[in-house]
Amino acid sequence: MTGYAKWAPLVAFILLGSALTYGLAKPETTNIQSKMVGASVPSFTLPPATAGLPGLASSDLTTGQPHLLNIFASWCVPCAAEAPQLKAIADAGVPIVGIAIRDRPEALQRFLARNGNAFRAIGADDASQVQMALGSSGVPESFVIDGKGRILQQVIGPINSQDVAGLVAAVKAAR
Amino acid sequence: MIAEAGLAALWLGAALCMLQLIAATLAVRGEAQLAGIVRPVAVAQAALTMLAFSLLIWLFVEVDLSVALVFENDHSEKPFLYRFAATWGNHEGSMLMWVAILGVAGAAVALLERKLEERTLLATLGGQAVIGLGFYAFLLFASNPFARLYPAPPEGRGLNPLLQDPGLAFHPPTLYLGYVGLSVAFSFAIGALVTRDVGPAFARAMRPWVLGAWIFLTLGITAGSYWAYYELGWGGWWFWDPVENASLMPWLAATALLHSVTVLATRDGLRAWTLMLAVIAFSMSMVGTFLVRSGILTSVHAFAVDPRRGMFLLVLLFLYIGGALALFGARVGTVREGTRFDPVSREAGLVANNLLLSAVLGIVLVGTLYPLILEAATGTKLSVGPPYFDAAAGPLALILVAVMAAGPLLRWRRDNLAPLAKRLAPAAGLALIVLIAVKFVAPSIHILSLLGLALAAGLALASVAPLWQRNLRRTPLFVWGMVLAHLGVAVSLAGMACDSSFTVEKLVAARVGETVTVGPYSVTFDAIDPTFGANWQALQATLLVRRGGGDMLTLSPQARTYWAPPTETSETAIHTALDGQLYTVLGKQAPDGRWQLRLWWKPFVTLIWAGGALIAIGGTLALIGRLWRARRRPQEVWL
Repeated sequence: MTGYAKWAPLVAFILLGSALTYGLAKPETTNIQSKMVGASVPSFTLPPATAGLPGLASSDLTTGQPHLLNIFASWCVPCAAEAPQLKAIADAGVPIVGIAIRDRPEALQRFLARNGNAFRAIGADDASQVQMALGSSGVPESFVIDGKGRILQQVIGPINSQDVAGLVAAVKAAR
Repeated sequence: MIAEAGLAALWLGAALCMLQLIAATLAVRGEAQLAGIVRPVAVAQAALTMLAFSLLIWLFVEVDLSVALVFENDHSEKPFLYRFAATWGNHEGSMLMWVAILGVAGAAVALLERKLEERTLLATLGGQAVIGLGFYAFLLFASNPFARLYPAPPEGRGLNPLLQDPGLAFHPPTLYLGYVGLSVAFSFAIGALVTRDVGPAFARAMRPWVLGAWIFLTLGITAGSYWAYYELGWGGWWFWDPVENASLMPWLAATALLHSVTVLATRDGLRAWTLMLAVIAFSMSMVGTFLVRSGILTSVHAFAVDPRRGMFLLVLLFLYIGGALALFGARVGTVREGTRFDPVSREAGLVANNLLLSAVLGIVLVGTLYPLILEAATGTKLSVGPPYFDAAAGPLALILVAVMAAGPLLRWRRDNLAPLAKRLAPAAGLALIVLIAVKFVAPSIHILSLLGLALAAGLALASVAPLWQRNLRRTPLFVWGMVLAHLGVAVSLAGMACDSSFTVEKLVAARVGETVTVGPYSVTFDAIDPTFGANWQALQATLLVRRGGGDMLTLSPQARTYWAPPTETSETAIHTALDGQLYTVLGKQAPDGRWQLRLWWKPFVTLIWAGGALIAIGGTLALIGRLWRARRRPQEVWL
């Protein structure tokens, strides 16, 4: 091997190393942008999940008023941890509607009694059909939805106390 | 106390490693009186790292929760084997194991290597010390395994339950022996570049180390593939996951190196190329470690995602790989050119092998890093999966197999095409017969699978052809080794082709009492019951399995829940027959009360791993054969 060729491996490695350095140094984005953001909610009609609260249909989300849609379940521990934040958001005047995943009315009743009820309506999604159509893969997840029923934001995992103000502002801005 | 003793042993080891580097450097530059201490220092350094590693194992077995690492990864309810294996089932512990194996490899070179010229050996041990120092620094400054926790918590956080599997307990050590074994080849190349001593003697000294590392890599990859197959419950045996690729790339480079070092040992050819491959093989191990440890690529193996550690490893990567390649650029011009050879010869066959292996390596490397590079350039996120790898690497791998059939039938130095064609004719004939027969039986088979089956048959016959008309009792062990290893590739390839083209998959929602047919089996869903183990509880399905009029068998796939940490896994239940495996997975219960069952009939799938084992056995025979002959006839030029 003679001439410049003998330096080719080093040059190739430096290029590779630069790419790796870039990959490591760039700010990490763990938020995966949902493909549903910007799309309208799929049309659905869900029966009431528990006594005392109405069920939920997609037409309830196209009334001109923006909503926070929360996907949760009474058997989900992080959902219980998230309840105080939901309450705070509701107290700030944001209408919250829920979809309960694979739940039972009695269990849901106990959950609401213990953790407080921030919901105006809860639809029962016993086969996760609506959850999947919304592009949600777990509980809890929350969606900011504008008055025309378009998804503006998807929050995967529980809402933390530092997220509350941002979400309230996002729903109010969606008017 | 034990944790502090471990940390002290690690610091002492690092100091000795520094001493090893300084003494070796001075000795190579002519300070002859220092040459005597390099070997003992290398051995003492290895003893200290092994001590530190043993102490960490002790802490894990005794579940000493005042050590942060033990708290994070251990649990008192875990069975002994998994407390033991938890030592390396985490970032810090696995890096300590890496350093310990590196130390032991250096000590083994110091104690056992007698063929290499003294100055080259000293330079090699110096190279080994340079690598060691970086990883010592990484452990001591960025990943201290012995850090204390105060106050000590009452119970540990457990171990990833996916890793609670006997196969996996020994998968990382095996792979690491392979990765780190390649560091010896790397250090040999550095030593040879420093002293400009590249020739057959150097190649013969390096070959057993490459062979040893390669055997462990082969075993590690084979075992890892089988683990993924039965533990993940997805029915596949290779997913082109970045971490799988990280183990495949060093193996491809080591396989190429193994063949080029034979050309260098036998015919004194391919000098610069062999050095290059020795550098690349270990570089690929380090790049692999970096990819796994830095979290730069998302993967199921990302149990230690930490960008600061990633940066540390990246700096080491730049120093070692960049340094070695710079040394290569500066010195390779002064390495005399090796012997030339004819375009039709054993050497040329091995060059073709090397080029094809390197091309496959390049394809895997590009596919693994492409998402990263694309994101750097355009900001688009994507992942590269089987469609790319299968389509890009598959055809090249098949050409490689064809070359592999011809290679051992070629003569060294000079050969002619006509006699080669005559020697290859039976194998080519068999391949053609299989091609036509398979196409006739399964007209819709995928072209790659069809060619794979045909080439596997041809390669199997061609592999044993070197034994034809030979006195089998006087055939050297390393020839047997080559025959078995090549046969192993044929066996494995046949398994892959059968699995991808003849697998029957059934996803059913079944009620208790229902019967499903999959392939030649009828599977009756007999019962579903709760069950529990030391640190998990599970739902277990009882499946009664019968093939034709044969005996009734019971398979019990489980959906398991571990409670520390809470994780759900599916335990597959597999029945192995001579001609394939029945693979069963229990899924979730549907709202209407039926249970999801996934059933696969996978004909001849076991050949994939049987071939892998055969390759490793072939490598072991070759290694024993080489070492034995070297002992008996040290002066002989091996042919």
